[in-house]
Amino acid sequence: MLYMGLAVAMLFCAAMAIRAKHLLTSVLWLAGVSALLSLIFYLLGAKQIAVIELSVGAGLITVLMVFAISVVGDQPIEARSIIPLPVAIVLIAAAFIMLLILTIPAPAPIPGGEVTSFAEVLWQDRGLDVLVQVLLIFSGVLGVLGVLAHRIQLTRRSAGQSAIKEAGK
Amino acid sequence: MTLSAPTILLICVLGLLGIGLYGMLITRNLIKLVIALQILVKTALLALVIAGNIIGQINLGQSLAVTVLAADTVVAVIGLALAVQVRQQLGTLDVSDLSTLRE
Repeated sequence: MLYMGLAVAMLFCAAMAIRAKHLLTSVLWLAGVSALLSLIFYLLGAKQIAVIELSVGAGLITVLMVFAISVVGDQPIEARSIIPLPVAIVLIAAAFIMLLILTIPAPAPIPGGEVTSFAEVLWQDRGLDVLVQVLLIFSGVLGVLGVLAHRIQLTRRSAGQSAIKEAGK
Repeated sequence: MTLSAPTILLICVLGLLGIGLYGMLITRNLIKLVIALQILVKTALLALVIAGNIIGQINLGQSLAVTVLAADTVVAVIGLALAVQVRQQLGTLDVSDLSTLRE
């Protein structure tokens, strides 16, 4: 029952994130999805990823999105879809039905003790993934610089203009 | 009929997948597209953790989910950076206006 409530709440938040007219509202609904997802992770026993999802998904990404929206402005675009709406709905329904047939009902969980810890799996079994993550984070830093470049340019421009005015006096 | 927790969560995964795909298909705002992509990635995260739970190796599911989460964060950041730059260069966030790049 608890899982059912969390699942319904998460679906509602996700639907509202897509349907919301303003970008800021949409981002806040997305943060709600992340918070509920981290709660589900915790209940499933995945405590580490629950903490990471809460801090990164509901924290960092929300802050970055709010910052980007403050830079570009919250301009609503009229709801004319890229492809015809009936086609989109048919495609999604087809994908939903095919995946439903493939995955439901879920197999029963296999009992058995977990012999390896999370740190062992992450650093020993999947060490290559960690290296790839370092490269990804580096490219993410470059992306942040791309977002911040606008503000840096504005700051330099305003500083230059004020310096010219002072020199003129 | 009583549904087990993995079955309920798998149905939730399918619902989230549908919502994310719907958002990707109908949205024209670049930042809204990033939001729809985020929903799809969260769906993948949930599916990985459920799979780890079902096979009795939750830590393997967690380690894969951490990798996906790092990639997802970078994708979000780069998508937002692209949206900011497109807004500066073209003055709009509408993806249909990006067709002017072909001219």
